[in-house]
Amino acid sequence: MPICEVEITNRQGLHMRPAADFVKIANRFPCRVTVSVADKTANGKSIVDMLELAGEALQGANMRIEAEGRGAKECLEALGELIRRKFNED
Amino acid sequence: MRIDADARQSNGMEIHKGIAVSPGLAIAPAIVLDSEQFRIPRRSIEPEEVGAELARFTQAVERAKEEVRDLRARVARDIGEKLGAIFDVQDVLLTDDRLTEEVHELVEREHYTAEYAVSTVLRGYAKKFLKLPNRYMAERVADVYDVEKRLLRNLIGAKRETLGRLTEPVIVLAHNLTPSQTASLDRSKILAFATDIGGRTSHTAIVARAMGIPAVVGLQTITADASGGDTVVVDGNRGLVIVNPDKDGIRRYREAEQRFHRMEESLRDLRDLPAVTQDGHEMLLWGNIEFPHDVEACLARGASGIGLYRTEFLYLDREEDPSEEDHFQAYAEAIEALDGRPITIRTCDLGADKFTHLSGDYDERNPFLGFRSIRFSLQHIELFKTQLRAILRASALGPTRVMFPLVTNLKELRQAKMILRDVREDLEEEGVPFDERMEVGIMIEVPSAAIMARNFARECDFFSIGTNDLVQYTLAVDRSNTRVADLFTAGHPAVLRLIQEVVKTAHEAGIEVAVCGEMAGEPIYTLLLVGLGVHVLSVSPATLLEVKKVIRSTTLAQARQVVERVFQFDSDREVDAYLSELARRLLPEMFL
Repeated sequence: MPICEVEITNRQGLHMRPAADFVKIANRFPCRVTVSVADKTANGKSIVDMLELAGEALQGANMRIEAEGRGAKECLEALGELIRRKFNED
Repeated sequence: MRIDADARQSNGMEIHKGIAVSPGLAIAPAIVLDSEQFRIPRRSIEPEEVGAELARFTQAVERAKEEVRDLRARVARDIGEKLGAIFDVQDVLLTDDRLTEEVHELVEREHYTAEYAVSTVLRGYAKKFLKLPNRYMAERVADVYDVEKRLLRNLIGAKRETLGRLTEPVIVLAHNLTPSQTASLDRSKILAFATDIGGRTSHTAIVARAMGIPAVVGLQTITADASGGDTVVVDGNRGLVIVNPDKDGIRRYREAEQRFHRMEESLRDLRDLPAVTQDGHEMLLWGNIEFPHDVEACLARGASGIGLYRTEFLYLDREEDPSEEDHFQAYAEAIEALDGRPITIRTCDLGADKFTHLSGDYDERNPFLGFRSIRFSLQHIELFKTQLRAILRASALGPTRVMFPLVTNLKELRQAKMILRDVREDLEEEGVPFDERMEVGIMIEVPSAAIMARNFARECDFFSIGTNDLVQYTLAVDRSNTRVADLFTAGHPAVLRLIQEVVKTAHEAGIEVAVCGEMAGEPIYTLLLVGLGVHVLSVSPATLLEVKKVIRSTTLAQARQVVERVFQFDSDREVDAYLSELARRLLPEMFL
């Protein structure tokens, strides 16, 4: 199962808009996407779920993304890229 | 079903208690008016309705998504791609699996309506997001509320009737009817009103009494407790609203409705009889109106004139100020309908709870103590002159008087009269006809004017006591605040003493004194006002005949005794209890 770990580098961390971007990309792929930060886990395709991580997913935190199913690899690449691009924010 | 236990009866129908503000009974399907807040039917649905409810939700989501995407495209094109992206959050939220799942669960398991489920789920999210330590989150919670509103608008939209084209009789439920909402109502189809907030003298109450239809206000949550299409009973005598009554309930209320109409019939016989006491003391009984076509209702109930024409409705619900011609047409229509009977036109009373596109611009912390009524007119002189010109021109068509509202000091009266003089001179120069002896009066509706009545009496032709504001300003009670609304009563000895002083002063000065507030239309106060020596009672058409009946069943001597007795009491409770009891003894059939 493809996994990728990325450090969150944008100043504001994961909040509404980054989460929306994240979920939008994740939903382009058929695979399941699971995201965890610290000890919390969320469905990467639900913004509501992802926002549960907002308290932990601050600048400097490590985000672990697991994808399972068709398009898993491409999905992880796209998501990793988004986070490395600081969610197009800073 | 989430209805407070005490608001529910065991047999399934819901009974809600509010404040009875306009008598009568009506049974009809409900329509719910939106204000800024969206209506969220808190009712439950039947198990077999689950499928349809979920389909409504799916449809609402689809439509909301289209809206958001259109908005996004428009903003991206007109302002820039970056701003357009703001709507991505809403787009993603709308299609969120977890949202869909949770809404489905509430509808399927708890049998919530789609509206209530959406609202519960999204408000839950908003609350949770607000608690997150990330401060950027709090700022964006607005998106969650926006999505909620969008979904609710789409859910309700399908059921939301426009009031312009009502096809069958309905009962209007609203959070609080605004004057502009009532102005746009098709009155012929409305059988009753019920609102969440408001008190005896709120706008809804005044309009309902003017229309002669039952109304109950201050029900707190009626717009959430009932949905469009529910059968609703409004009992304006006891202050009850019953949602979805059972068969037996409907039958009982239909009977009561008929009894009420029979009582109305019997009062109708009084229409053409004079408002005179048994010992020959004659009163003038006039009507209050808001629109020219209200004259008809007043005359149908035997009014011998109009004592209060509230002209602010000319200003409401429109983009531009009314032109002189708009004013003139309205006044001319009323005067024509009156066919020689007198009319008193009050200049615009905007501000506080009544706004036009102009007065709405001012943000005030204390609107009732702020920029309203004559204060507004004196600072918008052109607007004021336009109205005065129209009133003067109308005075050529029939007996017309002008009255200034909320005068608190002599300077205001003098200024207003000076502007009136200017306008008269203009008309004279132009050769436009008007009544040169048109009388000028003031509303006595603040304690300062009541206390200074002697000084005012020297500079005007008549007084009209506006009891709603006089009570509000004397007792410092906001009548629309349900938490303190019970402190609002004309029976307070302080109010009564002010009225007594004003009437006495008017007599000494030889000018006419009328009472045109709600108090004048409450039969329990009629004896008292007659005994105090008020010449004119100007009331909403709905209560005209009741007031006449009280006048005709008493004597001036008895009314004077009532005054003596009432002035021995030192609390409004004693006063109101005594007067209610007296009225009940005098006319048992009217006060069941």
